[in-house]
Order: sequence, then structure tokens, then C-alpha cells
Amino acid sequence: MARVVVDVMLKPEILDPQGKAVHGALDRLGIPGIADVRQGKRFEIELEGALTDDRMSQVHSVAESLLSNPVIEDYTVHVDQSRTDR
Amino acid sequence: MRVGVVTFPGSLDDRDAARAVEIAGGEAVRLWHGDHDLRGVDAVVLPGGFSYGDYLRCGAIAKFAPVMTDLVDAAHGGLPVLGICNGFQILCETHLLPGALIRNDHRRFVCRDQRLRIESNRTAWTSAYGEGAEVTIVLKNGEGGYVADEQTLDRLEGDGRVVARYLERNPNGSLRDIAGIANERGNVVGLMPHPEHAVEALTGPGDDGLGFFASVLRSTLAA
Repeated sequence: MARVVVDVMLKPEILDPQGKAVHGALDRLGIPGIADVRQGKRFEIELEGALTDDRMSQVHSVAESLLSNPVIEDYTVHVDQSRTDR
Repeated sequence: MRVGVVTFPGSLDDRDAARAVEIAGGEAVRLWHGDHDLRGVDAVVLPGGFSYGDYLRCGAIAKFAPVMTDLVDAAHGGLPVLGICNGFQILCETHLLPGALIRNDHRRFVCRDQRLRIESNRTAWTSAYGEGAEVTIVLKNGEGGYVADEQTLDRLEGDGRVVARYLERNPNGSLRDIAGIANERGNVVGLMPHPEHAVEALTGPGDDGLGFFASVLRSTLAA
């Protein structure tokens, strides 16, 4: 088994109203020193069998075609080593 | 003249769109998201609503529906396609149209009668309007903010592909007040406001929306 994590964030130049709402809530709670909040999505993908280069390139492919919209979002992929058989 | 209206799980406005087609004098043909079948229609409307619950991103899962494979091919071949609201989001997700639609800048759902200017009548869906016509059409969306990079926006403006623009007040933060755009050929149009809700005085702010459906009936007759 392997767990691969895909994080998706709006590109820096794209307005993030949800992040702004969270930022506003933090201000109302009186939490000091917060310059900005951006909200994103995290996908934890459990793969059967061994983690091969082919499987990783499949994950990149779905991250680009489905999990993110490259017009407005960036994604990163990393392996959760604690949940991945060696 | 047969105009298909696709129903996805979570579509809301498919019946109103079909009804608008009929009021304009066309025959509405119901299409199902799960079928690889456009039933020989002459044009297609992707209606508003919340396909697949807007999960992941608006339109992101609908773009992989079986009917969309056929529709994207047909649109590249010149089939007139109008995406309204969620349909516009789906057209952007499939890259038939550039850019994307994001959450309204003021974070609230907006529902109002919206003034628009028809900026281009050189599309399959706006030929019945006079260029620069000002109309009132229902607007209702939570994620209607149109965004694209500066070069894309400049190209859309330069090529006359901005189809409709918001007047008086920008309701959702759309860049350059853009309410609707077309592809290069003008057969594919995406529009955030809902012309299908403005086809008769009894149930809408008037019948200013009827021109979208009348246009495609005319353009498919001419083709």
C-alpha cells in the first residue's frame, strides 16, 4: 500500500473569498498577527500494491486533469512515507 | 429544429431551458448525462444547477460525463452549444471556453434581475439581438466570478468574443464585467445569467432572454 497526497491551492493571483472569510473570523476571535489566509484542498489517495514511477505519473495526470484546474489552481504531490510500504 | 438539453445529476434549470426552446419555436430534446448519444440534435444547451453537487469544483465532474465526450467533439465540429451558469462552468472545465469561474468576490449567493449589454451578436446564440442591445435577464449564482489571465482577456476583447457584459453593477467580481464569452468560431457560448428564466412576463422580468433561443433556431436554419 502507498498513500500519495495531492495538495491543491488557488494560484496566488486568484482571489480566495473563502480564505478571506476565515481570515475575518480569526480577526474577530482576536488572534493577532495573521497577515493572510488561503484555503486549499488536500486529497489522500491510497494506492494498492507498490508505488512505482508509473503509478506516480498516473497521480500527476489525475491531479492535473481532475483534482485541479490548471487555469486557476496549482498542485503539489508528495508521498506520505508513514503510510507507504517499502 | 431540435435543441438538446442535457440533464446531469443536480441540474436545476433543464426544464426551464427546454421550455424556453419550445416558446422560441423549437423542439426540445432531453439528453441524459450517462448516454453517449446526442440524438441527432441541431444544438445543445447545458443548463444551470449544481451538477454532481458542485463537488470538487463546479463542473469538474460533469466534464467527464459520457455525453460530454460526444458533445466536445460535436462542438469542435461546429455544433451550437450554450452553457448557462453551471453549463458555463462546465464549458470552461472542458476547455471549450478559456478561463474559469470562481466564488463571488462578496462571498454571497446573488439572485437578481441583471442589466446586460449584448457586446457581440456574431455568435450562434446572439444573432437575434442588435449589437449593443441592453437587456434584463435573471442572474443567480454563488460562483460566477469570471477570471482569466490578462493575455486571454485581451484576446477575448480583441477578437470580439466577449458576448455579454454586466451593466450598472458587477454582481460577482467578474473581470472586466464579463457575463458571457464565445469560442473563436462563435458556436460555443457560455453565459452566467439565465436567459431561460426571462422568456415571458408572467415568470420573469420580461422576455429579453428569448433572443438567445431565437438566435440558434435562426442560425441552425441558415446552416
